[in-house]
Amino acid sequence: MDQLKLYTYIAVFGSFGVYFAIAWWARASSTSDFYVAGGGVTPLQNGMAIGADWMSAASFISMAGLIAFLGYGGSVFLMGWTGGYVLLAMLLAPYMRKHGKFTVPEFISDRYYSKTARIVAVVCLIIASLTYIIGQMKGVGVAFSRFLEVDYDLGLYIGMGVVWVYAVLGGMKGITYTQIAQYCVLIFAYTIPAVFISLQLTGNPIPQIGLGSTLADGSGVYLLDKLDMVVTDLGFKEYTTDNLGGTLNMFAYTMSLMIGTAGLPHVIMRFFTVPTVQAARSSAGYALVFIAILYTVAPAVGAMARFNLMNTIEPAPGENLVYAERPQWFKDWEKTGLLKFEDKNGDGKVQYVADAATNEMVKVDRDIMVLANPAIANLPNWVIALVAAGGLAAALSTAAGLLLAISSSISHDLMKGVLTPDLSDKNELLAGRIVMTIAIMVSGYLGLNPPGFAAGTVALAFGLAASSIFPALMMGIFSRTMSGPAAIAGMCSGIGVTMLYVFQHKGIMFIPGTSFLGGMEPNWFLGISPNAFGVVGALVNFGVAFLVLKATGPAPAEIQDLVDNMRSPIGSTSEAHSH
Amino acid sequence: MEEKQTYWQENLRLIFTCLVIWFVVSFGFGLLLVEPLNAIRIGGYKLGFWFAQQGSIYTFVALIFWYTAKMNKLDKKYEDKE
Repeated sequence: MDQLKLYTYIAVFGSFGVYFAIAWWARASSTSDFYVAGGGVTPLQNGMAIGADWMSAASFISMAGLIAFLGYGGSVFLMGWTGGYVLLAMLLAPYMRKHGKFTVPEFISDRYYSKTARIVAVVCLIIASLTYIIGQMKGVGVAFSRFLEVDYDLGLYIGMGVVWVYAVLGGMKGITYTQIAQYCVLIFAYTIPAVFISLQLTGNPIPQIGLGSTLADGSGVYLLDKLDMVVTDLGFKEYTTDNLGGTLNMFAYTMSLMIGTAGLPHVIMRFFTVPTVQAARSSAGYALVFIAILYTVAPAVGAMARFNLMNTIEPAPGENLVYAERPQWFKDWEKTGLLKFEDKNGDGKVQYVADAATNEMVKVDRDIMVLANPAIANLPNWVIALVAAGGLAAALSTAAGLLLAISSSISHDLMKGVLTPDLSDKNELLAGRIVMTIAIMVSGYLGLNPPGFAAGTVALAFGLAASSIFPALMMGIFSRTMSGPAAIAGMCSGIGVTMLYVFQHKGIMFIPGTSFLGGMEPNWFLGISPNAFGVVGALVNFGVAFLVLKATGPAPAEIQDLVDNMRSPIGSTSEAHSH
Repeated sequence: MEEKQTYWQENLRLIFTCLVIWFVVSFGFGLLLVEPLNAIRIGGYKLGFWFAQQGSIYTFVALIFWYTAKMNKLDKKYEDKE
């Protein structure tokens, strides 16, 4: 076994050992432990756990790669996936914590005094969470197969087993404390390579500053200026101004991701684990600090990875890399099929240009940028091993949070709330564990046999959360009179419009050939891409809800009292947490 | 009851102020005004680009902590009166 593989095994299985030890120490003994970790998590701990919960395989592996190739256009992800926390801290989290229940559908059911509303919310939650989890499972499989060279399938089974142990044993309590450990692993794994690379390129160890610094080669040229020059010379769009589908599209995209973030149930749920309203607010602040560490490093990782890639292929204008002398990482990724070279002009050298007719790098997968980055920069083997453990931590922590959201919505909302209200606490806990086991198997199955729509799933999850859950929650808090029928009509029309738009452009359930308007940009409404449409769905939701409210009359007086109570910070440790 | 009203009104005013700043740094400086701002530079960063990929995120963090501190004070005031 070579050194790299040995280090990788140590990093990956060492971190698993830590998660197991935590799971044993934090076993759940009641439904309150299982759903909300007993309600006794501190804001700092909760912030860290939210960070791990939130930063998925997509944040860790894909985002910097997206930014590397989108340049300025990639800003929509940076602002969209952080700005939502401002909305959470001010518009949702404190009031939902004050209300003091276990799940998001339960909140909706109380506020809109309706089992129908609860079921609609459960359906939205399960679709959003399941689609999201497929991506995590694929991330686990890819990380195993790339770094440990085990089979994708076997890697996935190992990942399922690990999640099963700590999520089923510990519920929210086990998940919370493992997520804290996973946050530490993933943030080290992400920032250490970035620090090294920033130091190499600019001489400044802080990537956020390095990105705005001059190159260390003594030329005195700023990194970003040089990058702009290199890419435009080869016919690509200028890095720092490349726009993603126009200003309106970027605007709608950012807004959709922000309100989608604020409406994702597995994130909101984490705010039920802290003891007070004040703690709910400050945990949103801590969460964003921990998230911002990765999100402000990511643009540096993206730009520097792009710079290193261009520089490896064409160190100086006209002096292209000779294919036979290509570095080891180039060969490794060629084996995976994620990097492909085709010697079109037969000169034995690599030409990487924007023009598709003469470009010889026929495939450069965005996802390889973070994973290949340490190797491209010639970093030591232990750093590469750390990246493998970090990628797995990111995928597993998010998967666990999503699994809990799914299992609590079934055992607590559907079974205890609607079907069998006389379920005892002990049996509900058992039901929660059984449902969680089934959910792990279902998501594992979907990871092994990704359905055709897997590629579009993240867009669907954010679209659903943005167009259904966020408006329903916000109106429930900020309008005292918003009524059940009006909110249900709003949720249904919001989801309806969003799904219709996504499906008509991307195919029904993303099956190719069933899109009735085609994926054609000219048919986009105001040039807004399907991924960016959640905000339009949300506006429809608000509009329909207020029209129906006008037509059918306000919510009953006791519900208006409930809203008043939610808004008041007093008496925040509520009865639900002493169940 | 009246106390409750003023508490809520003050909270709404605070949220409004925060969301205006939230909107200006991200959608304003990062998107709508990015071109004119890009004429100004801090080090190697064009200012509009910096707001879109760095500055807006730092501002979001500061906003939440500011709001939390203000609200803690407001909660205390309200609790004392109750």
